[in-house]
Amino acid sequence: MGVRAVLLALVLGLFSVMGAWAGDAGPSFPKATSKALGGSCVDDPATMRRHHFDFLKHQRDDTLRQGIRGAKYSLKECVSCHAQVKDGHAVPVNAPGQFCASCHEYAAVSIDCFSCHATTPQHQQQVEATR
Amino acid sequence: MSHDTTRRDLLKAAAIGAVTIAPGLTLIAPPAQARAPGQPASPTNRWGLLIDTSKCDQGCTACVDACKTEMGLPALDRPATDAQYIRKVDVRDPKTGNQHSLPVMCQHCAKPPCVDVCPTGASMKRADGIVLVDRHICIGCRYCMMACPYKARSFAHEDQTGQSAHNPRGKGCVEGCTLCAHRIDAGGQPACVEACSKEGGAAMLFGDLNDPKSEISQRISKEATSRIRADLGVDPAIRYQGI
Ligand code: SF4
Ligand code: SF4
Repeated sequence: MGVRAVLLALVLGLFSVMGAWAGDAGPSFPKATSKALGGSCVDDPATMRRHHFDFLKHQRDDTLRQGIRGAKYSLKECVSCHAQVKDGHAVPVNAPGQFCASCHEYAAVSIDCFSCHATTPQHQQQVEATR
Repeated sequence: MSHDTTRRDLLKAAAIGAVTIAPGLTLIAPPAQARAPGQPASPTNRWGLLIDTSKCDQGCTACVDACKTEMGLPALDRPATDAQYIRKVDVRDPKTGNQHSLPVMCQHCAKPPCVDVCPTGASMKRADGIVLVDRHICIGCRYCMMACPYKARSFAHEDQTGQSAHNPRGKGCVEGCTLCAHRIDAGGQPACVEACSKEGGAAMLFGDLNDPKSEISQRISKEATSRIRADLGVDPAIRYQGI
């Protein structure tokens, strides 16, 4: 084994250790509240983590421009399941420490979904409107 | 053969949709059905309204109020810039003194000038004739507001909060009446029409202009109706009676 190969092995080993460490220090966020979908997300968590933005970006065009409703992926449903309710009031999903914000902050991603889209679920909006 | 039978049965069932209770008295089944999940809007439909101005009271704002609530539009009491999807317009014939009050919203033109002028493709017409702004790509240039002959669109000047879940809206985009596409897709009717029939003068009728059996088509085929500025040739889906 050449010196280079040894160095490479060392560096890779170091990375795997760092990887494990990074995994432990990942963002913490509240668990989904709604059991509307049988308590599980529409796809497995790893796929959702990696691809939710792609799914939503395609779905938004289908819904708005073609009028396709009831799609598998929907921002409304994300909000519906992941918004916390505190003292009878829905907490916006983009508030600090909440489901959407915690990961986006950790990953230094700046999104503008919520400059337009509702950050609390429709059912909760209706409940609060009648109070 | 069996295919034929099935088709005939279907046609029969369709004919039963309009039930004759007694001679001259026909009960027409509600026009709208929720579209199946995954199905796009269809060009076989063209949604429209018939508004009878003789039933519309000048002081009534039931439709305007219902729209604000449904679409989550804040009332900031700044008439020049507040978002407005539907408004009441009072008209008076100076010669005769004859007065009318009519609700005016996006007329969901078949040949919409707002779509023609939009540089980004954000102004668009859905297959079923509903004209929308795709705010994902709207750059807020407001060309469409200039082009619209009906003053139907608004611009969001400020950061928005507390949006309604079915009407995403934000600063820097143009917006307007969606004919409550979210309700129509679920088989319902626009919020203004519902409010008008409950709290107003029941002046508005919603339906499918492409379906000859719908109540709206039946009425416009028999009764005199008009469209605002029909001379412009933009073919609006909103018809009026009594003006
Ligand atoms: S009324 Fe105005 S906004 Fe509506 S479709 Fe016609 S031109 Fe476009
Ligand atoms: S304001 Fe938006 S919708 Fe209107 S013309 Fe400009 S880009 Fe198109």
